[in-house]
Amino acid sequence: MNATIALILLQDGLTSGLIYGLLALSILLVFLVTRVLWVPAGDFLVLGALTLAVLRQGEVPGTVWILAGLAAVTAIVETWRAWRAGDWRGWPRLIALVVVPSAAAVLATLWLAPQNAPVPVAILLVLALVTPIGFLTYRLVFRPMVDQPTLTLMFVAVAVHYVLTGLGLTAFGSESFRSPPFLPGRLDVGFTRLSYQLLIVLAVSAALMAALGLFFGRTLWGKALRATAMQRFGARLVGIRTESMGALAFTIAALIGAVSGVLIGPMTALYYDSGFLVSLKGFVGTVMAGMASFPLSVLGALLVGLVETGASFYASPFKEAIVFGLLVPFLLWRSAVQIRTRGKGHE
Amino acid sequence: MSARRLFLAGLVLALALAPLVLPPQFVTALTYIGLNGLVCIGLVLLTGVAGMTSFGQAAFCGVAAYATALLTVGQGWSPLASLPVSVAATALVALALGALTVRLAGHYLVLGTLAWGMAVFFLFGNLPGLGGFNGITGLPAIAIGGVAFTDPRLVHVLVWAAVALAMAMASNLLDSRVGRAMRSLPAEIMAESLGVPTARLRVAVFCIAAILAAVAGWLQAHYVRVVNPSPFGVNASVDYLFMVVIGGTGQLGGALLGSAVFEAIRTALRDVLPHLFGRSGSYEMAAFGILVVLLLNTTGGGMMPYLSRILPKPAPVRAPGSAGPLPRRERAQPGQALLEVRGAVKRFGGLVAVNEVSFEIRTGEILGLIGPNGAGKSTLFDLLTGVQPATAGEIRLEGRRIDGASPRAIAGAGVARTFQHVLLRPEMSVLENAALGAHGRGEAGILRSALRLDRAEEARILFEAQRQLDRVGLGEFAAQAAGHLALGQQRILEIARALASDPKLLLLDEPAAGLRHHEKARLSALLRELRDEGVTILLVEHDMDFVMNLVDRLVVVDFGTKIAEGTPASVRGDPRVIEAYLGGAEA
Repeated sequence: MNATIALILLQDGLTSGLIYGLLALSILLVFLVTRVLWVPAGDFLVLGALTLAVLRQGEVPGTVWILAGLAAVTAIVETWRAWRAGDWRGWPRLIALVVVPSAAAVLATLWLAPQNAPVPVAILLVLALVTPIGFLTYRLVFRPMVDQPTLTLMFVAVAVHYVLTGLGLTAFGSESFRSPPFLPGRLDVGFTRLSYQLLIVLAVSAALMAALGLFFGRTLWGKALRATAMQRFGARLVGIRTESMGALAFTIAALIGAVSGVLIGPMTALYYDSGFLVSLKGFVGTVMAGMASFPLSVLGALLVGLVETGASFYASPFKEAIVFGLLVPFLLWRSAVQIRTRGKGHE
Repeated sequence: MSARRLFLAGLVLALALAPLVLPPQFVTALTYIGLNGLVCIGLVLLTGVAGMTSFGQAAFCGVAAYATALLTVGQGWSPLASLPVSVAATALVALALGALTVRLAGHYLVLGTLAWGMAVFFLFGNLPGLGGFNGITGLPAIAIGGVAFTDPRLVHVLVWAAVALAMAMASNLLDSRVGRAMRSLPAEIMAESLGVPTARLRVAVFCIAAILAAVAGWLQAHYVRVVNPSPFGVNASVDYLFMVVIGGTGQLGGALLGSAVFEAIRTALRDVLPHLFGRSGSYEMAAFGILVVLLLNTTGGGMMPYLSRILPKPAPVRAPGSAGPLPRRERAQPGQALLEVRGAVKRFGGLVAVNEVSFEIRTGEILGLIGPNGAGKSTLFDLLTGVQPATAGEIRLEGRRIDGASPRAIAGAGVARTFQHVLLRPEMSVLENAALGAHGRGEAGILRSALRLDRAEEARILFEAQRQLDRVGLGEFAAQAAGHLALGQQRILEIARALASDPKLLLLDEPAAGLRHHEKARLSALLRELRDEGVTILLVEHDMDFVMNLVDRLVVVDFGTKIAEGTPASVRGDPRVIEAYLGGAEA
């Protein structure tokens, strides 16, 4: 391998690593705030990517019907829940939250998609279509189950992954999609040529991470989210509605998924069921960071991307096995830590 | 014959005769239900019993299937000869993986097994010599004593014989000393304090589940006569998990029920949905996911609890009327120092929670350790029980140092404890909870228990547990679920459990907390009785009234330091104690 190939591999690894990093952020956020293992993270990425690909063909993506159906079901179920509880106080606001953004996104897409909307508009449509799905999933499925054991929540997350994958199949069929690149080619910077794709991914993920950092560090909602992540019960005691925080975490996670989908769309061909593998790589990143730290999770995910690219160059058939094998030394280390601290175990 | 036995016998007979009357596609479905059920029995042990979970069960099936394919097709072995080797290979892999991850448990175990399942799947598809994604074909049929199992109906019988054997062994196992220990695994601190080697037992359960998966993989390989990666991927592992979740992880029967319901739902979706929507295949996955979500939303415990209501109940575990004695510990003469604490210190960063505390407990007395909230009592208790290591100082039991020893080692040395927040297994019976205390006094292992060769020892353990229940006055509740007892009774059950270990020293962590007045009186009377029978007791408490009328001597701590020691009467008049409890004059 010479320096040129090394630099190209490095770029590829960084690009996919950054995308895994974004997913790792969404996984960690959802996990810390709601204890749900966010298996469907990759499904949101796929939804984002396929929606964009279809939009850029000038057609109406099936995501429209997924969102419309989900919003309708959620509105009906929430109405039924309010009726059964005899408590209509939060109902109008909730229905507005459920219906308005979804209806707006659906109608805008139905109107703009056939007109071959320009790329930035298409991207906005993707975000508007995919983000509410996270919120709706939380309202419909996870919120009623907040008190269930973590194991049950995880099974539900896997089932939701099944549902989303199945809906993806009905909406997009079983063929693969790849969007045209936003900016083809590479930028010559002297010692190497940087692909525009990398620069875009770098800029967008840096901006997104900075925005999240500001949100968590500077805003009341962000601080409330962090408080919930650290100590749910304590957060409740100081008046934070931890359930609203769950909804917020799911919404942000879906938004992150949609953005990563937009970014990955032009890089690789994706199928309706490609999400699971991508989720797993995000998981590897978060697990390497001990499922606790956001920056370290991104670093872990970057490592996953780099190892994966290197492995696909050297030992292509074993690339997945090598990536998941990355966990072994980490698990050994955690295991050693666990033995040393032998501390207080809780049920 | 009990109704339950009759029911089980009928079920076995019906399954054995099924191939004679049912059309072939039903026999195939039943065979798959049995194969999947075998894997699910392991998952119930892992998830429902031991509180762990695995996304790698299909990979374990695959390891055995590929092993037997390589041995039979490549080396010309007979399938029967390759069974032990394939299973042993899988068990070894599980041992390595288990040793790596089960200590971490929780999400790390999930992700560890998921990653392992993924990695193995890709290895199956890509390793040279395994035939790529087309796999290995031409496996021989199983042959036992000249009978070749080529007829699917014969395979059906073989599969269900394996299921029946696995069910029998698993239920034997659960109803034994090791089984109780397995069921205590989700409460790790409790299990360790009862002398259960939790880490080793976790790995053992993990290996048992893998072995069951391996047997299923071996059967399947020689049933379909082809081995390729697709049935051994993570999707299949997820299917197995869904099966046990649908069936219910709380009981072994859930494994078979879940496997059957899963097959039925899948067949139904495949046959019905195309009629409803006109397009085949594409709605199946989403509909299945929605069904699982709905099921989990409405019934956390799966479907088995509903079925159990109709089925004849299993007889509750009862103690025999008489049994031989369990080994007893040697005891020191009354009045001698049993436990000595010398200059114990515990620091958390800059905070000194326990500061140079020294005292001793003499055989046959009740010593009270009291102090206001935040005085360091609980930390001191943690040091004595090995939950936390001391920063400095020595703790000796009969002259041997136990500071720095693990909770399990301290339990083994003869120190039994109760918990401030009651730690019982609520779904286990009162008798079984008490029997957990005698864990360290038995030695029957997994194999002996599964083969029912542990009955003599088991009778002694149950007899001892019942004896301790009678001793504390809970004898009549033996068959009840521990979770149904009132809090006061649960605390007393913890004491019976501790007594079942034949302790030299009984440590009670705030036994009166949360008890009502008459419950406290009862507890007090019980402890006095125990003392009169020669049990040595240390109790940590902040309820003054309760302690004053009960203990022989008192040690008072405040801000981590011992401020007084002596009889209740002398301590009561001590100005430093009054100041600590009522506040100083300068305040």
